Amino acid sequence: MKKLLIGNAAVARGAYEAGANVVASYPGTPSTEITEEIVKFDEIYAEWSPNEKVAAEVAIGASIAGARAMSCMKHVGLNVMADPVFTVSYTGVNGGLVFCVADDPGMHSSQNEQDSRHYAKASKIMMLEPSDSSECKDFTKLAFGLSEKFDTPVFLRLSTRVSHSQSLVELGEREDVKVKDYEKNPAKYVMMPGNAIKRHVEVEKRIEALTDFAESTELNAVEKNGAKIGVITAGIAYAYAKEALGDKADFLKLGMVYPMPKQKIIDFAKDYDKVYVIEELDPVIEDHCKALGLNVMGKEVFTLLGEYTPTMIRKAVLGESEKEVAEIDEAIPVRPPVMCAGCPHRGTFYVLKKLGLVVSGDIGCYTLGATPPLQSVDTTICMGASVSAAHGMAKAQGAEFNKKLVSVIGDSTFMHSGITGLIDIVYNKGNNTVIILDNSITGMTGHQENPTTGRTIRGEATKQVDLVALCKACGIDHITVCDPFDIKAFEKVVKTEVERDEPSIIIAQRPCALLKTVKYSGVCKITDKCKNCKMCMKLGCPAITLKDDKVVIDSTQCNGCGLCINVCPFGAIEKEEN
Amino acid sequence: MTKNIMIVGVGGQGTLLASRVLGNTVINEGYDVKVSEVHGMSQRGGSVVTYVKYGDKVYSPIVDRGEADIILAFELLEAYRALPYLKKGGKMIVNNQQIDPMPVITGAAKYPENIAEKLSDTVDTTVVDALAAAKEAGNIKAVNVVLIGVMAKMTDIPYEKWVETIKTTVPEKFLGVNLKAFEIGYNL
Repeated sequence: MKKLLIGNAAVARGAYEAGANVVASYPGTPSTEITEEIVKFDEIYAEWSPNEKVAAEVAIGASIAGARAMSCMKHVGLNVMADPVFTVSYTGVNGGLVFCVADDPGMHSSQNEQDSRHYAKASKIMMLEPSDSSECKDFTKLAFGLSEKFDTPVFLRLSTRVSHSQSLVELGEREDVKVKDYEKNPAKYVMMPGNAIKRHVEVEKRIEALTDFAESTELNAVEKNGAKIGVITAGIAYAYAKEALGDKADFLKLGMVYPMPKQKIIDFAKDYDKVYVIEELDPVIEDHCKALGLNVMGKEVFTLLGEYTPTMIRKAVLGESEKEVAEIDEAIPVRPPVMCAGCPHRGTFYVLKKLGLVVSGDIGCYTLGATPPLQSVDTTICMGASVSAAHGMAKAQGAEFNKKLVSVIGDSTFMHSGITGLIDIVYNKGNNTVIILDNSITGMTGHQENPTTGRTIRGEATKQVDLVALCKACGIDHITVCDPFDIKAFEKVVKTEVERDEPSIIIAQRPCALLKTVKYSGVCKITDKCKNCKMCMKLGCPAITLKDDKVVIDSTQCNGCGLCINVCPFGAIEKEEN
Repeated sequence: MTKNIMIVGVGGQGTLLASRVLGNTVINEGYDVKVSEVHGMSQRGGSVVTYVKYGDKVYSPIVDRGEADIILAFELLEAYRALPYLKKGGKMIVNNQQIDPMPVITGAAKYPENIAEKLSDTVDTTVVDALAAAKEAGNIKAVNVVLIGVMAKMTDIPYEKWVETIKTTVPEKFLGVNLKAFEIGYNL
């Protein structure tokens, strides 16, 4: 049976068919749906772990214990889990172990555009790269088998367009793979120097064996069309190149991007006057070809930035100009993402902006607090940095500066890596104020449960981390829970806490407006009491706009949250029930 | 020959469901299909673009400038933005709804005037009031299915085939409203 699946669902299907038993991940666009799809298979244990490092370690443990295991993450999540990854390259595996990493060329939903293929080379772990959903399934299945055959973890590298494009996938049956027996083997799994020195020898031998495999495997496929141009490519770039060039080029498509073959590439390249390497982001394949002494064209004609398109490739390789298109000469306003109508973060940022505070920000929907008109957030680096970086800012600038400084971090992000920063503040005598934006869910990635929600990935009730008790246990003596929609009370709390000479926590508690359990009703309406002072427009609500310079509320956009009613100084906004 | 359809709108308008209904309908017709979706940050009220491509064999999941046979626009400004993607002789379907983007709300930019007229003067454009049609069907959220209905009529895939996919793609609770919305859109 063939089914239309996004690449991520196809990876999940591949893991299922390969007999995978354990999948542990942390959500991150564009990888999230893999693990959400895994949940649909009762045969597989799945979890959202607090962060990627924990997730990878859960998968590693499951593999050592004999199960086929997988961990999935976005590219920056791989940075978080890098520590165990480099060492599990040495230990190798018992049950097949797959790390599925999704890059985000074009940064649709990311803070950087790193190329995860560098990790494969740096950690000496083989990497496969599919170009569509069908390959996503097939390569995932293969990855588990290759992991066991070569005693290595295997990277599966995806990119946004592979992860989030649907194409046809032939569904198969689940292999009956028994969990292997656990055997104590400290020489393989206890990586202290005496053992690790010996394991490093095995790693180098393995890379040689995998390079031989790369020469012969069908994953690296030559496609001859009798053309004069040769193209070496991989992943989604293959799909673009194939559409752009069709049979005007011959292709060497690398399904295995680390380690890469040598002789196969040399043999392919020798038949052409011109060989192009077409790959998004960094010149990884290109550098390999150049190291083999081949004169290939790559980043001289292709960009290091963003996503490619077939048009771009036609232009660079065939010299074809872009199509003439219909255009109207008029400035078109951009439409950047915004916090949704009813977003609980809007109340928080309204107050922080009003108080003119420096806001050390973090990763989540609330990063949008940096955009106009709220423009409240000063920094966004990575998961957890809001807390630790604010500690550094305060140490650099001193006590007075600290009275104008807060950190904002979501509940899930706090669990991920905010807590260690908080411990640092307490331990090293900081007195920062940290606002935990507790919206009862992991928002940006599309509503995943986390340790603070009291539900597992399967929606089962579980122990809920008590944020107040947790912060108290870290040594925070001043913890206030407050509703950010109660603007006056919230403002008072923030003012009090930043002035304090001790560290403090504010838990801004209100659930995400998109949660099914949140039931706002009616729509807000501007009444004739309105003096057009435009105070409500400072909220940056997508439903409040101007018509002929008069404030109006777009009833198709309003969800009736009522925050604007709380900020209107003239009581001119009323709720109309529908 | 590959057919390229582009669906554009504002995050939250339900463009994803539209692309899924379209994708599943064309595979039932025996075509190779690729659907490119958008998840994550841009879904939060930003411009969203999804592509549906079908034919004997489809490689790239994206549609380039000047390549869309049909653009199905859920909002006026997004239709305007997508215009350069329309193929010569392609069809534009646009929902006559204005949603102000934040730069317009803050006063940093102006929402262009008379977009529907300007589009109609430039390319083959069908303007529909999908919001009113969705209200008539019983739920303003059914705008997406109304628009699928309008587009369905422009393809050579029979009415019943669309209904079949809607039945398998839409949650049962909303099936009645959506089938009605489709019917209204088809007959607009």
